[in-house]
Order: sequence, then structure tokens, then C-alpha cells
Amino acid sequence: MNVAPRIRARTLARVHVPTVTLAHGGGGRAMKDLIDDVFVRAFDNAALDPLEDQARLDLCNLAGYGDRLAFTTDSFVVDPLIFPGGDIGKLAVCGTVNDLAVGGARPLYLSCAAIVEEGVTIDLLRQIAGSMAEAAAGAGVEIVTGDTKVVHKGACDKLFLTTTGLGVIREGVNLGAHLAREGDVVLVNGLLGDHGAAILSARGDMALATPIESDCAPLNGLIDALLAAAPGVRCLRDATRGGLATVLNEIAGASQVAIEIEERATPIREEVKAFCEILGLDPLYLANEGKIVVIAPPEEAEAALAAMRAHPFGARAAIVGRVHPGESGRVTMRTVFGGRRMVDMLVGEQLPRIC
Amino acid sequence: MKYLDEFRDSAKARILVREIEGLVASMDIPDDRPLNIMEVCGGHTHSIFRYGVEGMLPKQIELVHGPGCPVCVLPMGRVDDCVAIAEQKHVVFTTFGDAMRVPGSRKSLMQAKADGADVRMVYSPMDALGLARANPTREVVFFGLGFETTMPSTALTILQAESDGVTNFSVFCNHITIVPTIKAILDSPDLRLDGFLGPGHVSMVIGTAPYEFIARFYRKPMVIAGFEPLDILQSIWMVVRQIKEGRVEIENQYARVVPEGGNAPALRAVARVYELREFFEWRGLGSIDHSGVKLRAEYSRFDAERKFAIPNVPIADPKSCQCGEVLKGAIKPWQCKVFGSACTPETPLGALMVSSEGACAAYYQYGGVRHHEAAE
Repeated sequence: MNVAPRIRARTLARVHVPTVTLAHGGGGRAMKDLIDDVFVRAFDNAALDPLEDQARLDLCNLAGYGDRLAFTTDSFVVDPLIFPGGDIGKLAVCGTVNDLAVGGARPLYLSCAAIVEEGVTIDLLRQIAGSMAEAAAGAGVEIVTGDTKVVHKGACDKLFLTTTGLGVIREGVNLGAHLAREGDVVLVNGLLGDHGAAILSARGDMALATPIESDCAPLNGLIDALLAAAPGVRCLRDATRGGLATVLNEIAGASQVAIEIEERATPIREEVKAFCEILGLDPLYLANEGKIVVIAPPEEAEAALAAMRAHPFGARAAIVGRVHPGESGRVTMRTVFGGRRMVDMLVGEQLPRIC
Repeated sequence: MKYLDEFRDSAKARILVREIEGLVASMDIPDDRPLNIMEVCGGHTHSIFRYGVEGMLPKQIELVHGPGCPVCVLPMGRVDDCVAIAEQKHVVFTTFGDAMRVPGSRKSLMQAKADGADVRMVYSPMDALGLARANPTREVVFFGLGFETTMPSTALTILQAESDGVTNFSVFCNHITIVPTIKAILDSPDLRLDGFLGPGHVSMVIGTAPYEFIARFYRKPMVIAGFEPLDILQSIWMVVRQIKEGRVEIENQYARVVPEGGNAPALRAVARVYELREFFEWRGLGSIDHSGVKLRAEYSRFDAERKFAIPNVPIADPKSCQCGEVLKGAIKPWQCKVFGSACTPETPLGALMVSSEGACAAYYQYGGVRHHEAAE
């Protein structure tokens, strides 16, 4: 990646009104000012600066990192926009970075498309763009192209972001949900359910004050360390919407294997447990934004665990289960109580029970 | 978590399971006629599946999952009434979350919301009253649902609305009462139950006396049970011990929460606000006399049934649906003709597939496949 210092050829424009209006989506000067002031200023890189209709990326440079491109996209509509532990901007960068990284790719470039509801303040946009820039720097990626649309009040909820990511997969790395085998070990890199619980409680309609923060984090560094220590890892998945339970079901289905996890070994913060207990939710289905599920061959399980624990985003990593010879596609859990139950895919949204 | 982990202790569970095994071993129970114990309450059903309690029991004990899930027994016609109220322009319709997906004959509340109705999930009727205060130009309707557990909170909210002079708040009252329903089950000719786990939270409100008739007239033992897995195991042990010793009593395992006389202020609020309906329609069980309550005439201005024109058209349960037989313990969920095929949690035909406390949804989600296959 080209990180050499450079001198920008032009001065960036400024927006002098406090809120976004439809004029900022009109394609004229107001829009140009908004893009300059908010996005170009924050993202600040050579590929974005010329503001062509596309970013131009050097092929030889890409080929230096590996032999295949990884390409992914994700939209972010989180409510509230700012929550304990992050905001929609950090989420939009980390989410796409992680989608690339769990494929064994080195994340390099991102796009950012913003759909803004009229009436949103410019300061809020600046804050979100700043947070995207910070997250991108933390993950070692650049946001090199983008788009901005402004819509009528009510046509979207304040701000929606879409990020698309490009990365390069190292030679010889082949990870896949279909590669789990009997005897493999299931690991996670830390405490589960923080993001889901933080968002639910930040929405405020539960009237529950919790100290829980989102775990939103870029995991490419942790995954680099993991794959270096345990090159035989079969599969990585980030446990976002649907949580651990959903990812394990996807892996069990794709690999035609059974997976059993131990409730006792599954790391969940006491506050999240209590939060779920009160609301009748199951933490296994709560979303994470900084957690991966790792399927490792048994002989590399300890190395994988140690590598993750040595990384700041993996301090609470744990072995949570195993791939079993049982009926294929099935995920079960040995409960703390000594019983055994199925862990199925979630149907729709988790609805809190009434009594 | 303090006061929870203690009730989920696997070492104590193993001791209780051994005790239960010892009891049934000494009782000469035929393989083809196990002891059928019904847990009345949906909260118990959920815990039993959540912790895998059923799989820990000896095969001489079968758990029958009863009617105590208020969302499950809600008939389609009442959901249609909810949708009709919710679709009125000036209405904010508020409901507990798990009623959102219950299918009506046209649509669920969730679909009504997607179609533009203002349907909001709340955690307490007081939140609905708060919405009414905050939106004086809208009519806020609370969907009052549940057994005696939730009945007092709805009643107290109405009393609060009255004393605050709130006029844009009303309740669509679908509260139901458990005792007539247990009686209806006991009167059913295909009854095959040997004992009951009594509902814990209902009993916290009504106390233990209302169940005495079950022991006295129907000669069935009942143990009022807590909701943690050790509570449930201990209660099963207590029921089996009564059977073994030839006793028929109403025992209270959940004494840390359930006082013998119930909760007097809650009962006073209930008596002040509601009166019994002549009958109420239950999904799967049909019409049961005196099994529902409505608001008394003095509180009619808070009664959504009087405030709004509602269709009030009874809708028959789908013919293929066997929820009623499951509720009475005559068949197991997986023995239903449509379980897992036409009826799944995504597209529930029957009420028991809707809520996570419904027996069918619990089997489907937490272990149904194993039983289902064993049956084939």
C-alpha cells in the first residue's frame, strides 16, 4: 500500500450550514462541499483524492500480497447510530474488514456509500466519517471511493452506510465452512453477545442500564497471528447476526458434521448473561462484531488458542466444543445442568418472552 | 449469576436424578404406561428444553407439556381483533414481544406493522401508559395478555390511568385464568395424567388454595414448581414420591416465591378491575367456561372492546392442526400430522409452534428432531 506522504493539489471545501438538506444530494456545489468537508478530509488518501468516478488500484501491488482477490459488501443500518463501544462508522469498517479477513485475505481497500436522511447534522456526519477513518487506520485499510445520497425525511432512518471491501488472499490459504472434520476443535476469540446486548440496551426501550459495550473491532491482525500459529485451521467465520449458534449451524450443515459445544466453556460476560436472563433472550444468538468462530484440527487447537490469547482482541479466547461423528448438520450443547439440547438456527428475530 | 447458578448445579442434579431413578425402580411401572406428569406452565416447558431436563429422566417418566403459554392458546379471531384495532389510523397498538408473530386469519401483528400499522413492543403495560401520556393525540391500546401472572400489572396500570385522568389509553383484555382450564383438562375423557407441576408465577399471585380441588376431587397430586432446572427436577421427585406413597396433595416446592395465601394487593387490584367472562375461547381447547376476564363496567372507558369496533369473529383452528390433543397430553408434539412439515416456527399453523414457550416450538428448537426420529 502506498503510504508515502503527499501534498494535496487542491484545498478542501467546507460546509457552512449545520444540517444536511436535499441540496447536498443534488450533484452541485453543495454536494461537492459536503463530500470534501466530511469524507475526503477524514479518509485522506491518494487513491481517493482525485475524486474520479472510480479508485484506480495498482495490480502489481495487489499481486504482492497473494494470488486471489477477496471481494465483499455489507450494509449498516444500526440504530442508534452511536452506541457504547462504537458507532455506525466503526461498525461499517470493521464489519467489512472482518468479512475479508475470515476468508484468509489481507484487507486493503474499502468503498463507502452513504444514504443520508435530510436534517442530519453535518457534525454527526463528520463524527461518523472520523470514526471510519480511525477504524480504517487501525485495520490498515484505505477508503478509496464512495458515494453520497440524500433522501427525504422518513425515506431512511438518519444514516445508512454500505462498505465494499477488496483484499488479497495469501497463497496456499484455503478456508471454508465445508472443511470441518470429525475430531476438530471449535474455538472463539472471546466473550460472546456483547454487541447485541449493547445495542439492545442502548435503544433504551428496555429501561435497563447496563455497562455492556459493543465488541466491535477489526480482527485481521488477530487472524494473521492465528493463521501463522495454526496454519491448518479449516474455517473461520465472524459470528455477527444470529451469533455463535447460527454460525455453528452453517458450518455443521456445509461440512455435513455434528458439532457439540459445552455451555460451561462458552465465554459470556456475567452482565450479558443477566441481561439475557431478564429479557428471556439466548446469548448464543446475540450478535457479535469482534468475534470469530475457529474450526481447528485437534493437533493445532492449543497453538490456535495461545495465538489468540496473546492478541488484545483474543484475551478471553476459549475452546468451546468439538466436531462429532453424530448426525450431520446438527448442533447440540451440553448444558451447565448436565443435560443436552439442540442449538437450532434462529427463526426470525429473537422475541423476548412475557413471563 | 448469584441466586441462579445455585439452581443450575449439575452435581445436585445428578443426586436428584438418582433419587428419582431409585423411586421409580421401586414402583413397578410398566414400560408401555409411564407416569405422565404435566407441567402446566409454558415457562416450565421452556426451562425443561433449555436445560435438557427431559433427557435426564428415567424412561418411566413422561413429561406432558400443558396449556400454560398464554400466547399459544390465543385464538385466531382475537389476533384478527388486535390487527383490526392496530390498523385504525390514530391507534398506537402496544404488545408484549412474543404476541407479534401469532398468526391471525389474515395476518399477524408483525405483518400489520410491516403494512404500516403503528404496532410497538413494550415490556410493561406502564410503558404503554407512558406512550399514551407522550402522545395525547393518539389512542394507545395495550394488548392485555397472560394468566394471573400479568393480570395484576394490567389492572394496576388501569388504576394508575384512572387516577392520572389519562383518557387516550385502553386495554384489549385477553387475560385468562388457569384454574378452569386445568379443570377442563381433568374433565377430558382421554385424560392420561398422573400428576402436575403447578405454575409458579401464577401461584405467586393466587396462592396455593385454588388448586385444592385437584387433590380432593380429582385425586391427582400437584407440586407448585419454580423455573430453574433444579426446581423442576425436585418438583418431579416430589410428585413421584406422592404417587409412590399413595398421597394426593398440593405441595409447594417454590416456597421462596409462592406464599400460601398469594399476593393480597395484587389480588385486590385484580378483583377491583376485572370480572369473569361467561366463557373464553382457547386455541386448541375450544370454549372454556369462566376462563377469561374482562374489565368491569366502571372501567369501560379503558376497555378497547367497547372503545373500538372490533370484528369479534371466531375463527376455527386449521383442521390439520392437533394443538388441542397436544395440550391435553393425548399426543406428543412430534406425533402431530403437520409437526415440522406444514407447521414450523417460521410458518406456524398451530399456536404451540409460535412462542418459545409452546411445546411444539420448544421441541422443534431444542430437541424435537431426536424425539421425532425416535417415533418414526
